[in-house]
Amino acid sequence: MVIGGITPLMLAGCEERVSAVHPAGPAADIIATLWWVMLAGATAIFLLVTILLVLAFRRGGGPSGEAADIRRETVWIKGLGLGFTMAVLAALTVWGLWIGERLLPRPGPDVVAVEAEGRQWVWRFTYPDAPGRMTEDELHIPASRPIDVHITSTDVIHSFWVPRLAGKLDAIPGHVNVLRIEAWEPGEYAGFSAEFSGTGYRRHTFTVIAHEAAAWNAFLAGEMP
Amino acid sequence: MTDKPRLTALRLHKALYPIWRNDPGWKGILTTVNNNTIGGMFIMGATGMFLVGGILAMLIRAQLASPNSAFMGPEVYNQIFTMHGTIMMFLFAIPFFEALTIILLPGMLGTRDLAFPRLGAFAFWCYMIGSTSMIVALLAGVAPDGGWFMYPPLSSSAYSPGINTDIWLLGISFIEISAISAAVEIVVSVLRYRAAGMSLDKLPIFAWYMLVVAVMILTAFPPMILGSLILELERAFDMPFFQAEHGGDSLLWQHLFWLFGHPEVYIIFLPAAGVVSMILPVMARTTLLGYGWVVTAAISLAVLSFGLWVHHMFTTGIPHMGLAFFSAVSTLVAVPTGVQIFAWIGTLWKGRPELHLPMLWILGFFVTFVMGGLTGVMVAMVPFDWQAHDTYFVVAHLHYVLIGGYVFPMIAGVYYWLPVLSGRKRFFRMGETAFWLVMVGFHGTFLLLHWAGLLGMRRRVDTIEAGSGWELINLLASISGFILAIGFALVVLDVAVNAVVAVRCRRNPWNAGTLEWATPIPGPAYNVASIPVISSRYPLYDNPDLPVQIARGEGFLGTPIRNRRETLAVSVSRAEPEFIAVFPHNSIIPFAMAVVTSIVFLAPVFKWWWLMFAAAAGVTVLALCWVWQGGSRQDEGLLDAGRGLSLPTHAEVPYPPGWWGTLFLLLANSVLFGSLLFGYAFLWTVAPNWPPPAILQPGFWGPVLAIGGGAFASGGIRLADRAIRNEGASWLGLLASLAGLAGLGAGAWTIFAGTTYNAHAYDATLWVIAGYVTFHAGLAGLMVLFLTARIQAGFISARRCGDARVVQLWIDYAVLVAGLGLGAAWLPGWLP
Repeated sequence: MVIGGITPLMLAGCEERVSAVHPAGPAADIIATLWWVMLAGATAIFLLVTILLVLAFRRGGGPSGEAADIRRETVWIKGLGLGFTMAVLAALTVWGLWIGERLLPRPGPDVVAVEAEGRQWVWRFTYPDAPGRMTEDELHIPASRPIDVHITSTDVIHSFWVPRLAGKLDAIPGHVNVLRIEAWEPGEYAGFSAEFSGTGYRRHTFTVIAHEAAAWNAFLAGEMP
Repeated sequence: MTDKPRLTALRLHKALYPIWRNDPGWKGILTTVNNNTIGGMFIMGATGMFLVGGILAMLIRAQLASPNSAFMGPEVYNQIFTMHGTIMMFLFAIPFFEALTIILLPGMLGTRDLAFPRLGAFAFWCYMIGSTSMIVALLAGVAPDGGWFMYPPLSSSAYSPGINTDIWLLGISFIEISAISAAVEIVVSVLRYRAAGMSLDKLPIFAWYMLVVAVMILTAFPPMILGSLILELERAFDMPFFQAEHGGDSLLWQHLFWLFGHPEVYIIFLPAAGVVSMILPVMARTTLLGYGWVVTAAISLAVLSFGLWVHHMFTTGIPHMGLAFFSAVSTLVAVPTGVQIFAWIGTLWKGRPELHLPMLWILGFFVTFVMGGLTGVMVAMVPFDWQAHDTYFVVAHLHYVLIGGYVFPMIAGVYYWLPVLSGRKRFFRMGETAFWLVMVGFHGTFLLLHWAGLLGMRRRVDTIEAGSGWELINLLASISGFILAIGFALVVLDVAVNAVVAVRCRRNPWNAGTLEWATPIPGPAYNVASIPVISSRYPLYDNPDLPVQIARGEGFLGTPIRNRRETLAVSVSRAEPEFIAVFPHNSIIPFAMAVVTSIVFLAPVFKWWWLMFAAAAGVTVLALCWVWQGGSRQDEGLLDAGRGLSLPTHAEVPYPPGWWGTLFLLLANSVLFGSLLFGYAFLWTVAPNWPPPAILQPGFWGPVLAIGGGAFASGGIRLADRAIRNEGASWLGLLASLAGLAGLGAGAWTIFAGTTYNAHAYDATLWVIAGYVTFHAGLAGLMVLFLTARIQAGFISARRCGDARVVQLWIDYAVLVAGLGLGAAWLPGWLP
């Protein structure tokens, strides 16, 4: 409602570097679409409930008696309470799961693997394609190619999150989680740790730098672009 | 009704009051076991905690009002937000509805007090001491600072040295003892202590909700208590439950925490829904539409809420198929919620709603909670949650649900039941102003914070940065936040002033139909002068004279001839009168026991182990004194219960209230044990660095002692029970069961001998299992000794055999957990 109305205004003025609703890659894009559709649906449902509430005050009491109550139960509880909510939720859940499936890291010919290791309060990135190469708080990737980030932690739980590219995934000691990200265009994208990790939490950030193919090959070859 | 001469209402009051009243003066506060007094103190304590939590919220909003704030550093800010969440969830939300329930439930059920008055007092004092300790820690600057869900390894000793985390783990566990005590009391009260004829389908809807909530507390809190216990064991003794390099897994904590944490959300919402279901029909001058549907919805909500804890862990790397299941359940839970919402709106359409102040707050609830529910469905969508998780979107969502879905209905409830609580009706009219301030302030604060979250604002950042795009939203939220705070302060002030100095009002000013409006207001210590007989859900609509008939003693137990506190216990489903429950008198034991129990929990914070063991011994002694007080040394036979009916006392029925209380306590206990086995299986299958380097070999003597011990313990107590019922000699059976329990303990002891507690998560888990079994064998053994002493003292006879049944329950439980626990511990060694 109000969010919807204010959105264009907020978009005009705000810094877009860290926004999940300004996607710069396919995963973030799908999720942003999901959000806008859900917002529209939620607004409609909210208005429906509000109107029903307001109307309750306008009219006098309806007919009384057992038969009237049974009719009311059919309309309000079986119809709206069960039928309506289940229909909406079933549709949404199926769509959500379908999207979730599309976002999974599936093997493919172009997939590039990188490794991300969180610790208080640094991110270390290594590159299986360039053994020995390690960058701190800067993740280099090629643009327009699917990237699998293998995420882990050496101390407490962190979470790897680049809002404009994809959702977040936790870095947990003893586990390796794999997140698929992709950037459409070369450029720099802000990344955060998104799991509270103590006093240095706010500054536990990093930057994803997406390169064109040539620059990426140069990076792998050992030249710092 | 009857031709026999009756006492007049006033004379009956004068006869009942001395029996039920508190001790005079200050001593009365410490020794009271009366539900009205305890509930009143409880509600004031919880309101105090709401104010403290609110002040912390204001500090948070002050910090976030401007970018790069220098108001607080992260060390202080982390304590502030951790304590804000902790206080609001554990020290305000749960105690507040428990307090309201303790006050209202006896009246609604048409009985004289709750089932275990001393347990209620104990719950209250545990709560007061526990929350005071947390506040002292906050003022001393050693408050917990790891976020209210305390994820290890951040909360492990390596990354959180100092006592902050210990205070959280031990303090919250202590306060949960209070919640579990209150839950046992509520369950047994709803099931057994009601007006005659109030069958389950005629329960006031609030009582149904509280029955569901209390069972949820008993099944949801134990996983969290177990989690706190093993995290504390890791911190104190380096038992590596959550350390990946030694076979532990930090995800285990998340599972245990959210196994509690998500039902917790519904534990908080359902009482509010119960309040709405009570008030809304009265405000619309009608009855609730779809009573059966609403009860079914509440029960399904409770069941479903245990199947969706993983939706707090969508970003932890659980396989997508697993997430799909939990996502589906998370959306499914919206169905019963939808049923309730539409049942309420249908009720409004059915009647003629009037806009009194409680109704205003309920409308505020509708608008706010529906929005919170819709954003809840959004975050139940796995892909969207990957973006929204741990951002201000979630912060905004949870405040919509908790404030809109809990605080607003509770305020409606306080205004609605103000005459019951204080005997006065509203005179000063600050309430409407306060309502609008809260509405404007609330939505001003939280609506746009959803958007800040989508713009990348993470929860728990200690300040916002210039140029982030969140500055304007946060400034607006901070200004609105202060409006909200002023609104809430005005509500508290308005209620306080009206409760103390407003005009007295007549009985039942809202013209409601349920029994809490049938008593004089505020409710006298004995609540109902006699226990009524009812035949519908709205007895006051059927029979407007019922209050007068109750006051004249025309119900059951209307002539207090035995000069002790008595009430009626009924059968579970049909509410036929079954026995007379005799309640304990005022006692200092609950207070003393709460004080000593607090030492058991607080001494480990400072590693004062000797003090902890001394206090544990003190708790044991006090507990024995507590249970020793009940019962009778001779058979009383059938006693006059009024209305021509003769009933035995609770001491002379085979399954007395204490047996029922034990049953539900053991339900909670078994969930704790189940969580322990879950943890063992989880670590074995999911944690890194398994299997462990060395696996325990069961050997010969351990299993033999355990199996033989179990058979002797269970068989022995049955032998003793039969002897008691046949007036024979019970010593042989008692001795056999004592020997059996010793064998059980010895069997478990072989596990300690065969493992090293801190070598691997496997060893640590086995130690906890063996410790749990040993503890229960010892506890059951102590009970056998207690039973022997009771027999010697003449408390036990063929008719008075309830104590033996309680001991039998505990022994069977000890044998059961020994079988399952030790079996699970030895199983890997038996496998090839």
